Amino acid sequence: MSARDNILARVRRGLNLPGDVPGAERSEVLRAINDNARGPRPTYGWTDHAERFSLRSKMLSTTVDRVATLNDAPAAVVRYLNELKLPLNAVAWPALSAMPWSATGLGLEFRGAKDSDLVGITGAFCAIAETGSLMLLSGPDTPAAVSLLPETHIAILDVSRIVPGMEEAWTLLKSQQSAVPRAVNFISGPSRTADIEQTIIIGAHGPYRVHVILVG
Amino acid sequence: MLLTSFSFKSNVKKKLVDPVLQKNMKRFGGRFVIARAEVMKEVDNLEDIRVAAAAIRDGILANLDSYLITFEERAQARGTTVHWAETAQDVNRILIEIAKANGVRKIVKSKSMVSEESGLNDAVAAADMQVIETDLGEYILQLADEPPSHIIAPAIHKNVEEVAELFSKHHHTPRQTNIPALCREAREQLRPHFISADMGISGGNFLIAETGSVVIVTNEGNGRMVTTLPKIHVAITGIEKVLPTLNDLSTILRLLPRSATGQSITNYVSMLTGPKGADDVDGPEQSHIILVDSGRSRLLGTELQRALRCIRCGACMNHCPVYQNIGGHAYGWVYPGPIGAVLTPSYVGLKNALDLPQASTLCGACEVVCPVKIPLPELMRVLREQSFEQRLRPWSERFSIGVWRTMANHPRVYARFAQVAARLLHLMGGKKGLLHWLPGLDGWTDGRDMPAPTGKTFRELYAKRKS
Ligand code: SF4
Repeated sequence: MSARDNILARVRRGLNLPGDVPGAERSEVLRAINDNARGPRPTYGWTDHAERFSLRSKMLSTTVDRVATLNDAPAAVVRYLNELKLPLNAVAWPALSAMPWSATGLGLEFRGAKDSDLVGITGAFCAIAETGSLMLLSGPDTPAAVSLLPETHIAILDVSRIVPGMEEAWTLLKSQQSAVPRAVNFISGPSRTADIEQTIIIGAHGPYRVHVILVG
Repeated sequence: MLLTSFSFKSNVKKKLVDPVLQKNMKRFGGRFVIARAEVMKEVDNLEDIRVAAAAIRDGILANLDSYLITFEERAQARGTTVHWAETAQDVNRILIEIAKANGVRKIVKSKSMVSEESGLNDAVAAADMQVIETDLGEYILQLADEPPSHIIAPAIHKNVEEVAELFSKHHHTPRQTNIPALCREAREQLRPHFISADMGISGGNFLIAETGSVVIVTNEGNGRMVTTLPKIHVAITGIEKVLPTLNDLSTILRLLPRSATGQSITNYVSMLTGPKGADDVDGPEQSHIILVDSGRSRLLGTELQRALRCIRCGACMNHCPVYQNIGGHAYGWVYPGPIGAVLTPSYVGLKNALDLPQASTLCGACEVVCPVKIPLPELMRVLREQSFEQRLRPWSERFSIGVWRTMANHPRVYARFAQVAARLLHLMGGKKGLLHWLPGLDGWTDGRDMPAPTGKTFRELYAKRKS
């Protein structure tokens, strides 16, 4: 018997389930997974998702800007970098290469991230109003490390993509993708640690700054 | 991890007189408690969510094999290799086999309590590979060559002076005691390792049966690094960590970060499914999951099964008056606090951790804060009963309980004894009515005085009132 069979047999014996392999229970389990019931949630006392998202983002030390159209986003990126005296070179998702960047004078490369990149620019699949979290999916045009290796992470997000809670984010994902991607990352502010004397320090291994540009 | 739970009492004696530990526990221990209380105010139906979370966990445990098979099938369909480890030693063996087969030299690791169970780091080092802990707390402890003392804040027993000392000694850098600067120093030391490692090891907070994914809940970003950059990712986690669906994950995530660190949500929640696709520019080429039994299946079908609901938030230890005074190391194994007092005897054998279920006043604070409503005091009582029934308690204790039982079965003898004792203790209490010493119970009176009885027993007072 393999380790797998031994473990599963011990589990069945412990649970007092009949036989060596699951019978009817297996279909019940599959049915429960398919039913995909949603659990209780706290009362959502807001109506404007963008407003709630901004409020919660700020509580997580994310900074938020808002522009009218997607074409305004590149200038907002430059404005932010200049304000903080950050470098005007960045790595960006290939998915963003069609935006009107040329007029901004930013030194952009559309590729996966390297250790030496200081600024990373991404989009987001959607965002969650309840917690102020961004949801990023990995993929050929949306590499995961762009939101991780650079010290500054800038995310551009259309306000129509802000959903109330995590449950709606999963529903949206299932309706638009055939399967979950290799990595789904919920990002809620810059990386942090409290491992020395329980003192919260912003900036651990990931970004020191997260800046969201809301569009619309 | 080296087991010292059998010498719990002497561990505790040492910890109680360790001035640095005592000071550190007093200074830092309460912060999680305050943060948790504050953030729970955001949830107006906390009890509903706790009940739902406990039901989700119970549902999985009741059909654990079906969930594991479903998880395995779906993980494999996405190209993940699923390994099964019956014992802690098997975890080390499997991990080293994967590493050897791929010529791995350097491993970066994010937090995994399960790997502490098997002493993975030592086994990997003995197999001539370098393993580097990258969670800041775990990294500090690796430099100090110490085990974690808390499941969420592993280095909670260390202060900044101690960290400064360790860093300057191991990094050969000038000593600095500024906490942000120390964090930056750790980042700069560890970044090259993330880039150059050939394998990343992570724990797994949850396994999702619906999608065959592993979920890690982190703050520092090291968990994302070790699961994104090296060409091999191995997640190590217990068989009980399955959740049915992504919606169930959403429910549980409303409780875990709040209960653990007092955050509404952690900085990162990462859900990983399989290796990178053909066109992906990042992500590991190989994805492995090691599912660990190592004593867990033994709890199924017993009263202790409910302990397997645990989502490892650490709230029970943060709120435990015993933990607050002795710290995590005294418990002598991976899991301290009330959940450790239940899990350690169950995983390593009751006779090896005999005093842990006794390490509680049964005040109930742990049960009140546990997000998945584990009746920890009740489970500790179950273990106390077992240790008595298995004749594992010292003869003096068994003898006293025997005497007590006899008396309790003979009401008249009991009443007589109580009358004498009440009067005697009343006299001993003197003017102040306080007992500084009780025969055979000096362990109790060492730390505090016992109020003396007023001289009459309850029965006497009751009889008088009735007449
Ligand atoms: S027993 Fe409950 S409170 Fe303790 S770590 Fe587990 S889930 Fe948290």
